[in-house]
Amino acid sequence: MAEPTLRLVNVSKSFGEVKSIQNVNLEIYPGEVVGLLGDNGAGKSTLVKIITGYHDPDPGGEIYFHGKKVEHLTVPKARQLGVETVYQEKALADKQSVWRNIFMGREIANRAGFLDVGKMRRETQRLMTEHMGFTSKAVNPETSVRTMSGGERQGIAITRALFFEAELIILDEPTMALSLSETKKVLDFIASIPAANKSCIFIDHNIFHVYPVVDRIIVLDRGMVAGEFRKADVTLEGLIDRLYTVAKTGKMQQQG
Amino acid sequence: MAMQAAKAPTAQRSGFSIFVRTHALQIGITVVAILLWGVFAFFAPTTFFNKNIYQAFMSTTPFFAIVALPLTMVVILGDIDLSFPSIMSWGVLVFSWTLVATGNLWIAFILCLVAGFLAGMLNGAIIVRFGVPSLVVTIGTSFFWRGVVQVLTDGHGTSLLPTRGTFFYELMVGRLFGFIPMQMVWTVVIAVLSWVFLNRHRFGAHVYLIGDNQESARLMGINVGSRKRMAFAIVGMAAAFAGLIASLEVTYYWPTLGEGYLLNTLSSVFLGGTSVFGGVGTIYGTFVASFIVGAINAGIVAVGLSGFWTQLIYGLIVVGAVVIQTVVSKRVQ
Repeated sequence: MAEPTLRLVNVSKSFGEVKSIQNVNLEIYPGEVVGLLGDNGAGKSTLVKIITGYHDPDPGGEIYFHGKKVEHLTVPKARQLGVETVYQEKALADKQSVWRNIFMGREIANRAGFLDVGKMRRETQRLMTEHMGFTSKAVNPETSVRTMSGGERQGIAITRALFFEAELIILDEPTMALSLSETKKVLDFIASIPAANKSCIFIDHNIFHVYPVVDRIIVLDRGMVAGEFRKADVTLEGLIDRLYTVAKTGKMQQQG
Repeated sequence: MAMQAAKAPTAQRSGFSIFVRTHALQIGITVVAILLWGVFAFFAPTTFFNKNIYQAFMSTTPFFAIVALPLTMVVILGDIDLSFPSIMSWGVLVFSWTLVATGNLWIAFILCLVAGFLAGMLNGAIIVRFGVPSLVVTIGTSFFWRGVVQVLTDGHGTSLLPTRGTFFYELMVGRLFGFIPMQMVWTVVIAVLSWVFLNRHRFGAHVYLIGDNQESARLMGINVGSRKRMAFAIVGMAAAFAGLIASLEVTYYWPTLGEGYLLNTLSSVFLGGTSVFGGVGTIYGTFVASFIVGAINAGIVAVGLSGFWTQLIYGLIVVGAVVIQTVVSKRVQ
């Protein structure tokens, strides 16, 4: 098999006495969509924040991108390596314009740091008409994000992730607070990721959203990987049964 | 053809309405400034049609406008700095002592700016490192720097008379073409620099994003701590510079320098439409608002009211303007 885009070896993270995740090992391959399931507090968000460079893992954990070990991953470094994250609506600056949000933390600027505002506006306009489906004149790159609907805002967050040539796209509960048709759009988008030979980690509570679009499912429980299997090997009903078992016992019945 | 002709005005209208929407606060403050000038000019035409009053504005408004402009960035960050009046005095103390020790105006000038920069940096460092709200930290450092100045000077001032007649003096507070006070030129320079850094530089882009949503800025890889430290350091440096200009204007350094500037400066920032909640604000607004604040004082006396009315009217205008801005900005979105 090809080199994995991302490999975590023995990654743990504790906050004081609390072990948020423990000895997690996982691989994400190019062109693969991996569902990350788990209850509240299972450690999904912590795991994501380690991959995006926001949290440092505890000593001993190793992170590899394309087979190369990365020491001291930071958010800018992770973005350079092609990790893009869509958080649950949290990562937009509401009072700012669309273009400022699209280019947040990665503004187009020259060496001295002076911005090319015109270029960012034009790029935003292009993305809005070509990718987000904004045709109305009332919505433009200067529009402030807080005037938009939940789906439009999620569209900005996803477009932002795509624009920067992401290798690995992480979606942290992207369908929260979205309408049915908006959810479908997001799911269609996720289903289209493998065709571009990019990888995706899709985190969601809703197994009915996750199951149809993923290749592989990893179940986290109390900070540990409780089970991992390919979609081909498990039916939706079987998966739900297993999740109940995990919730009760913390272990996945491999023979169930 | 007909369709095109019909379309063009719509596009223009929407372009205009977009401009109005995105610049509502700047338009508002400009209207307030013009109205206020109209009222003063109507009731006191002899004063307000005489150039002397404008020279007076240009000479005294910079004392607080120079701090208000960079302070706008700190407020956009969602923070506040109350320590700049004390830093004004601390910076000029360093200036006067260096001048006495070395006799070199330029070294004294540079050390004055450095002293202000470091004092501001200290504010930022404490706020970032320990996560204490800036309101509390800068109340503390305000007392601290005032205390440092009082202990070191024993309450005595220093004459800056030796600066008179030097090129340095002319450069700081001389009169350009015999009319425009140099501090006004510096205010414009600082306004332009602040505008460029806030609107056309990565630093300013990050300031807006942090003030709007600090957590998301961090998630998107923005170095929140370093941006904050720098913003406070710039205010500290500007405070030292403003203090120097105010002292040179009277060629005397009083240890109490800066007292009395706190509210003028803050009201310039808030009157200019910068939101105390962070994420919103403009340099243009602060610039115009500084001159409104500066004009009220002179205007009230000129229209025949006693100087005792000044603060009352300040209060009405500031509270009124801030309420109107909040209402307007809620409507516009």
